[in-house]
Amino acid sequence: MTAPGEGLARFVLKPLVLAGCLAPFAWLAAGAAGLGGVSLGANPVEEILHSLGRWGLNFLLITLCITPLRQLTGWVQWMRLRRMLGLTAFFYILGHFLFYVLVDQAGDLGVIVEDVLKRPYITLGFTGLLLLLPLALTSTKGAMRRLGRRWQRLHRLVYVVAALGCIHFYWQVKADVREPLLYVGALALLLGWRWWKHRDRLSHAARAPFERAA
Amino acid sequence: MIIRQSQDVRPSEITSEGVYRSRRAFLAWIAGTGLMAAAPDVLARALASAPPAPSPLRYTPNPRLSTTERQNSWEEVTTYNNFYEFGTGKADPADNSRGFRTRPWNVAIEGEAEVTGSFTLEDILRPHPLEERIYRLRCVEAWSMVIPWIGFPLGDLIKRFKPTSRARYVEFTTLLDPQQMPGQRYPVLDWPYVEGLRLDEAMHPLALLAVGLYGKVLPNQNGAPLRLVVPWKYGFKSIKSIVRIRFTADRPRTSWEKALPREYGFYANVNPGVDHPRWSQKRERRIGSGAFWDRQPTQMFNGYADQVASLYGGLDLARNF
Repeated sequence: MTAPGEGLARFVLKPLVLAGCLAPFAWLAAGAAGLGGVSLGANPVEEILHSLGRWGLNFLLITLCITPLRQLTGWVQWMRLRRMLGLTAFFYILGHFLFYVLVDQAGDLGVIVEDVLKRPYITLGFTGLLLLLPLALTSTKGAMRRLGRRWQRLHRLVYVVAALGCIHFYWQVKADVREPLLYVGALALLLGWRWWKHRDRLSHAARAPFERAA
Repeated sequence: MIIRQSQDVRPSEITSEGVYRSRRAFLAWIAGTGLMAAAPDVLARALASAPPAPSPLRYTPNPRLSTTERQNSWEEVTTYNNFYEFGTGKADPADNSRGFRTRPWNVAIEGEAEVTGSFTLEDILRPHPLEERIYRLRCVEAWSMVIPWIGFPLGDLIKRFKPTSRARYVEFTTLLDPQQMPGQRYPVLDWPYVEGLRLDEAMHPLALLAVGLYGKVLPNQNGAPLRLVVPWKYGFKSIKSIVRIRFTADRPRTSWEKALPREYGFYANVNPGVDHPRWSQKRERRIGSGAFWDRQPTQMFNGYADQVASLYGGLDLARNF
């Protein structure tokens, strides 16, 4: 027996979302290769670096939308998208880092080490990437099974990573903080929702014995 | 010195014959189609807002003060801009400054000078022969370009107003007009934009007031109609769309200094030895040049050390960044 909408989720929604996940990368790749009339402007290195970072953060926040979506709609099939979206976030963030190391700084280890140690926004961004690594590595079904309850606890790190990502962005801009503030606001909303739900559950649990008695 | 208001028309403002003829042909065609009668004000608006073709300027090249490095393309120079009055994205200024009105334009001369008052742009420009200088421009964001500016020495203009012995600094202010400059509707910086130089820096022959680039009238996104170019300092010192020049005894407080004093100082001399708190200034990316990943070493005073280093004898450049 299949759950309601499972076919729709697996064979329609998932491929569509996958295409959406890869679209920004395809756009940047086309721009870098000068294909299809895509232009990355006068400073393509900066454009690619910033785009990869921004899409990494976008997909992190989109991943964090899945649980609220499930709770709001009651449709559990949303969960089928979560791993793919999370791995997409990791893909862009790792790409952002590798592009910074290999292209933006042309592999100059001296500069990179100095950046990571001396510049707080880079230190934070790098920490976020390091914390994301174990999550990507334990994203398989096998790892979920092996880790059991600990898997969920480990994967709560994603909240920390998202917060680090937002601060990394905020500290990086020169003066116009409107866009990073938008991300901070979105993250606050997503975490606030969880906190509210959590409090709700706790108070239900506390009330439950009395309800039974009555 | 007599500086009068005048209705003179500069050669750059005269409609060229080609444009004139094509306008006539267009009007004749419109009249023929009967559109003129149907929607006269729509048409009038369309004609008024049509961006003027960049007019050519008359100037003499100044090879002595020009670099021979490869110049950035018109496209690069006019589509990748920091001009926060028109938005903080690099492409925003080109997009949002299309309708910006640079005529009539007045410049107020104020403060510690014998000659002060409000002057039309034409008054400001009239006595100065234009020259072309190809300068390096190094942005504080660690990218750079090579740009053929058309302008005249700032010092020549300053002399006309006879600063008094009390004048030690020159303060420049950009137009404040949130209606025309959408970026000013949000306090990214404390508008209007203010910059300043020490008077001896301003009198240095390399300090240029620019009215054009690539032989044409300055595009709006590059700071039309009148901007400063100080090639040995980070780009943000080179204030755009100037409406006020004030001679002062005290050091002006500049916009970026006010916004982030830890990161942007009054001097802002290009200096590979003093990092920005958030990034290294040792190297720079020359826009549109070399391989994708190339960065070149940044030079002290952006390569103008021979000419300007003597201005800063005895000054601790790490503290006075």
